[in-house]
Amino acid sequence: MFLNHIYLIPLFPAFGAAMMFFFGRRLQKATVNAVCVGAVVVAFLFACFTVVQYTHFAHGTGQPFEKIVYTWLGSGDGHLNFLKKDGSPAAFNADAGFLLDPLSSIWLLFVTGVGMLIHIYSTGYMAHEGGYYRFFGYLNLFMFAMLTLILANNYILMFVGWEGVGLCSYLLIGFYFHRKSASDAANKAFIVNRIGDAGFLLGAFTLVWYLGSFRFIDINAAVRSGHYLIGDPILTAAALLLFVGACGKSAQLPLYVWLPDAMEGPTPVSALIHAATMVTAGVYMVARSNAVFVLAPTAMKTVAIVGALTAIFAASIGLVQNDIKRVLAYSTVSQLGYMFLALGVGAFAAGVFHVFTHAFFKALLFLGSGSVIHAMSGEQSMREMGGLRGRIPTTYKTMFIGMLAIAGIPGFAGFFSKDEILWQAWTSEGGAYRWLWFIGFATALMTAFYMGRLIFLTFYGQPRMSHEVEHHIHESPKSMTLPLVVLAACSVFAGYLGLPHSLGGSNRFEKFLEPVFAKEAHVMQAEEPKQLAAGEKEEERTDPMEYGLMALSVGAAIVGLGLAYRAYAKAGKDYKEPIAEAAPPLYTVLYNKWFVDEGYDYVFTGRRKVGDVRLGVLGLGEASSWFDSKIIDGVVNDVGWLTRAIAIVSSWWDKWIIDGLGVNGPAILARMLSYPARLFEWGLVQWYALVMTAGLLGFGLYYVWK
Amino acid sequence: MVPITTFHYLVVAAALFVLGTIGVLTRRNVVIVLMSIELILNAVNLNLVAFSHMWGNLHGQVFAIFIVVDAAAEAAVGLGILIAFFRNKETINVDEIDLLKW
Repeated sequence: MFLNHIYLIPLFPAFGAAMMFFFGRRLQKATVNAVCVGAVVVAFLFACFTVVQYTHFAHGTGQPFEKIVYTWLGSGDGHLNFLKKDGSPAAFNADAGFLLDPLSSIWLLFVTGVGMLIHIYSTGYMAHEGGYYRFFGYLNLFMFAMLTLILANNYILMFVGWEGVGLCSYLLIGFYFHRKSASDAANKAFIVNRIGDAGFLLGAFTLVWYLGSFRFIDINAAVRSGHYLIGDPILTAAALLLFVGACGKSAQLPLYVWLPDAMEGPTPVSALIHAATMVTAGVYMVARSNAVFVLAPTAMKTVAIVGALTAIFAASIGLVQNDIKRVLAYSTVSQLGYMFLALGVGAFAAGVFHVFTHAFFKALLFLGSGSVIHAMSGEQSMREMGGLRGRIPTTYKTMFIGMLAIAGIPGFAGFFSKDEILWQAWTSEGGAYRWLWFIGFATALMTAFYMGRLIFLTFYGQPRMSHEVEHHIHESPKSMTLPLVVLAACSVFAGYLGLPHSLGGSNRFEKFLEPVFAKEAHVMQAEEPKQLAAGEKEEERTDPMEYGLMALSVGAAIVGLGLAYRAYAKAGKDYKEPIAEAAPPLYTVLYNKWFVDEGYDYVFTGRRKVGDVRLGVLGLGEASSWFDSKIIDGVVNDVGWLTRAIAIVSSWWDKWIIDGLGVNGPAILARMLSYPARLFEWGLVQWYALVMTAGLLGFGLYYVWK
Repeated sequence: MVPITTFHYLVVAAALFVLGTIGVLTRRNVVIVLMSIELILNAVNLNLVAFSHMWGNLHGQVFAIFIVVDAAAEAAVGLGILIAFFRNKETINVDEIDLLKW
C-alpha cells in the first residue's frame, strides 16, 4: 500500500543526501546521478501512485488521510500540559505525522515532478562544475525538507521542513562560496528568512495557546465549529504572524530583498528553489491555514494588499534589469504577489492554481535561461546577447512558450490561472477589492512587457556578444533540453485542468480542492446573514463581466508584448532603453531597485551612516561600545581617581597630623619642658647636699609651726 | 652650780650636728667632708644615749650601737669611692667632681 508508506516519499531523497554526505567524495559522477536523480525519480513515481490511491480512498469527499509514524514531542501522559487562553488544560503534542489531502496532493505532484526534471537538467548543467556530489547532496536534502513541509500534519513538523528548506537555500545559494557576493547573498537569504520564521513560530504558538493543538485537523475542526466570531482578535493576530512567516519565505514586501540576490546560486537552484518550490511554501502554509484566515478579515485584507503591492513593485523593477536571471527573480516575486492577492481576496483555489501553473512556466524560464547562459559561456547580461534565435532553437522555442504562458496569452497555462485571480479580485466581497484588480491589471501589462523584453533582447536583433563567445554558442545537451520540452508541454496543457465555466470547462482543479476550502458556511455570522464569508463560491452561472475583464487582460498582454517588440526586437549593439529615454530619473530609480537595499542599510543593518549617526543593528553595536567606553569605563576611571585622591589626603593626614602632632609633638614638648630642669644639674655634690638640707629644714620648720 | 639635764646633752648634740652639716656643705677636701659626716652620725648617737638615760631604758643605747656599725660600713664605702675617684681625677677637691652635669 503506497498510502500507508507515505513517509517513504521524503526519505528517498534523504537517503540520497546521506549517501552524498558519507560517500560522495569517492563516487563517480554516474553513481552520483544514479543515487540522487534516481531517488527523486523514485519519489515522484511513488508520489503518483500514492495520490492515485488517495483519490480512491477519499472518493471525492476530500477527507484527509493521516499517517502518524510516531509521537515526537509530548506523549499525552501529562508531562507537557499547559493552560490554554480560556484556562482549560491542553497537552503539547507534535507527532511525526503525514497528512495527505487534495491540497498537499497537488503540491506533492508538482514538487516531485518539477524536482525530478530539474535534477535531470542539473546532470547536464553541472557536468563541468566542481563539487558535483555536494550539489546533488544539497538538492536531495532540499527535496527531503520540502516534502516534509508539504506532508506534515502539524505546524511543528512543517516548521522542521520550513527551516530545512531555508538551510538548503543558504547552502545552495552559497554553493560557490569562494565568491564573496555568493556568500553574502546566502547570508542575506537566511537572515531575512529568519525574521519570517520568528513570525511563523509566534503564529503557531498563538494558535496552540488559543486552540490547544498544532495539528491541522484539530485546528480546522475547532475553528470551523462556529465557536469563534469573525474578526476574533487572537485569530487575527495569529493569522498576521503566520503571514509574516509567509512574507519571509515567499519574498513579499518588505522581506523580498533576498530573492534577487539569491540568483548568485547555480541556475538549477534558482529554478527549483526560488521559482517552483521553496517560495511557494509560504503560499502553501497560508492555504493550509485558510480556516484561520477566513475568520480574520483584517488579515485577509492585509494579505491581499501586500500581495498586490508586491506584484506591481517587483514588476516595476523587472522592467529595467539587464541580468537575465534577475528579471526572472523579480518576476517570481511579482507572481508570488499575485498568489497572495488571490488568497487574500478569498480565492484560495485560484491562488493554488496559479502556484501550480507558475511552477511549470517559471521553472521552464529559469532552466531555459540556464541553457542560454550555458551557450553564452557564462554571460548573464542581456546587453551582451542577441540574435540567438537560430543558434539555440530548442531553448528559444521552449522559452517563447514560457513567455506566452507568463504573459497570460490565451491557450497557455498562465492565462487561465492569472485570469481567475483577476476575476476573483474584481468580484470578491461585492466589489470591495476593485482597486486591487487595477493593480493586478497594471502588473499584467508590465509582466508582458518585461518578459517580451527578455525574449526579444536575448533571441532577436543583432548579436551583441564578442566574437570569442559567439564562436562557442551551441545548443545544450539532451539532459538539459528534454526537461525544457516537458515543462513547455506542461505550460500549455496544465492550464486546462482549471478551465473555468465561462469558457466551457468544468474547472476540475477547483472541484478537486473544494473540500479543503469550502467549509466556511458554518462560521458564525456577525451582522448580515447574507454576507458571504470569504472563499464561498458564487453561483455557477457566468457573469458577462467576466468575459469583459478577460478581454481586457488579454488586451493588456498583447499591448505589453507589442511595446516590447517595438522597442527591442531589432536591438543592435547600442540599443536604447525606452524608459531611460522617456524619463531618466524614473529609470534610475527602477534600475536601483527603488533604493530599498540602501534604505535597509541605513535603517536596519546600519552599514551606512545617516550623517554622523549609525542606525540599525551595527548602530546598536556602536552605541553599546560608546556606552561601554565612555560611561562604564568612565565610572571605573572615576572610582580609581577617587581612590587616589583619598590616598593622597590620607597620606597628608598621616604625615602631618598623626606623625607631626601625635608622635613628634610630645617629644618636642618634653624637650621644651626639660630645658629649665636641666639648668639645675651642675654635677656639684655639695650643691645637691645643700638642697637636700634645705628641704629637710623646710619640712622640719613646717611641722614645728603646725 | 647648774644641774646637767637632758637638755644640755641635746644642745651639745645639736651643735655638733650643725657643725657637721656645715662641714659637709662647705669644705673643699673630700676627706674632711667624710669626717663631717661621721660627726653628724656621732651627734645623733649622743642624742640617742641622752634620751636613753632620760627614759631609763636601753632602747636608745641599742640603737646607738646599730648606728655605730652603720657609720663604720659607710666610712669604708665612702673611702672606697674616694680612692676610686682619686685614681681617675688625681684630686681630692670636691668642686672638681662635676662629671654628672648636663
